[in-house]
Amino acid sequence: MAVVEISNLSFAYDKQMVLEDINLLVEEKDFLAIIGPNGGGKSTLLKLILGINTLDKGKITVLGKSPKQSLTKIGYVPQNTNVNTDFPIKVIEVVMMGHVEGKRPLFGYGQHEVLCAMGALEQVGMADFAQTKIGSLSGGQRQRVMIARALCAHPQILVLDEPTSSIDITGQREIYELLKELNEYITVIVVSHDISVILEYANKAAHVNKNLSYHDISDKESTFHTHGDKGHFCEIELLQMLGAESCNTCEDEKPQWRLKP
Amino acid sequence: MIEALQFEFMQHALLAGILVSFASGIIGSLIVVNRMVFLAGGIAHTSYGGIGLAVYFGLPIFLGASLFAVGAALLIAALTLKKRHRMDTFIGLIWAVGMAIGVIFVDLTPGYNVDLMSYLFGSILAVSSEDLYFMGVLLALIVVVVTFWYRDILAVSYDSEYANLRGVNVRFFYTLILILSALTVVIAIKVVGLILVIAMLTIPVYIAEKLSNSLFSMMFLSGAIATLFTLIGLWFSYTYDLTSGASIIMVSALSLGAFLLIQKNK
Repeated sequence: MAVVEISNLSFAYDKQMVLEDINLLVEEKDFLAIIGPNGGGKSTLLKLILGINTLDKGKITVLGKSPKQSLTKIGYVPQNTNVNTDFPIKVIEVVMMGHVEGKRPLFGYGQHEVLCAMGALEQVGMADFAQTKIGSLSGGQRQRVMIARALCAHPQILVLDEPTSSIDITGQREIYELLKELNEYITVIVVSHDISVILEYANKAAHVNKNLSYHDISDKESTFHTHGDKGHFCEIELLQMLGAESCNTCEDEKPQWRLKP
Repeated sequence: MIEALQFEFMQHALLAGILVSFASGIIGSLIVVNRMVFLAGGIAHTSYGGIGLAVYFGLPIFLGASLFAVGAALLIAALTLKKRHRMDTFIGLIWAVGMAIGVIFVDLTPGYNVDLMSYLFGSILAVSSEDLYFMGVLLALIVVVVTFWYRDILAVSYDSEYANLRGVNVRFFYTLILILSALTVVIAIKVVGLILVIAMLTIPVYIAEKLSNSLFSMMFLSGAIATLFTLIGLWFSYTYDLTSGASIIMVSALSLGAFLLIQKNK
């Protein structure tokens, strides 16, 4: 079943064309990695899938409906969860924000909402921190809480925007291992810079730079030449494969778009 | 001080101090966590336009100032929801124009020498019974709104983009917070004056923020701390014959300094 289906989509901010003629099919239980240079339109594509931006041309269906109609089925983990760390709020309160409108008590939170939020925290291994102030957690822990908040609405799709951009290497691995577990029953879409890590977990990859090129990479062995005993992929090769069609500025051996500004 | 309590004006002053302290503790918390301090300052100064108009047309000062401040809040809400990156320019503009309107209308009022100082620096010793009713009703309104919509206000304040995705009406709550801020500023003018109101809305809140792990406890604690500062400030003001608003702010500021020193050495 098609979870997200995008056909002939184009999008422009003012007159600046950001995305052009995008086609994409995400199927159930896919783990899709969206990669590409800064300003290439990755986040814009996510916002279109979430219905935050409305599209100019083309069509997006999420679970067979328009993005806005399916919003409650999508769990979203935004970028930059390190802002506003002074805010006096407990972990459990952040998670409960994930609830979708529905049965709610006159004041505060209902018993079922608290239980559901605790369940989500347990899933991401953060149940012990429910009463902790969010600002005192590490970046990786905070990211787990944000994933729990997304899970709170029992989503069928989990969408993450740069989930590991400010987390140390061990933390990054843990996040991806968690996503892999969740992927057993949820479709995962991740925008990321860390191509080598993410492509170990993803079964599909899309490179977005105004245009989109798309690859099934579920069979890692035959798709990539690997070296080293841990099975890391050769990034250059990967880039050549993914980027050749859409990125004509990457003549240099070095992948320019990995260098953060 | 104790013998002063037999005077009605002193009883009014104490009651007004407590009511305004709790109102500004709750609303100040929302202003601080939403990073709207400059915005609240703008509304405070703009409300002087309403004072000028009220004087000119012979209306109750509170009514004029409230209507004008709420109008300014709605204008600022409309402008900042559209063009957030130019927010500081708009606020600066509204800030100055509001004050200018106030000054001109006071000039135009025939034979009236308005005591400008009492609005700029507060006149807690001249609180009337009507003022107290107004303050009490406003505090009750704030408590009801914040209790009833706590989770929505929390969601909008913490992460407005996410709240929007979860179906919370961000525009409505943003505007609601601004309107309550405008009304709180108006009653705080009576206690500390429109120039000093920002300190009243931020100093107790800053201390409370460090000691709280939820928005609710931050609001309550801010109110309690603000009450303490107001009562101590009032005592200094009465004992040494100082301007009440300035005394309250100095007590707050010195306490904040001491608090930061203790925090640093901990």
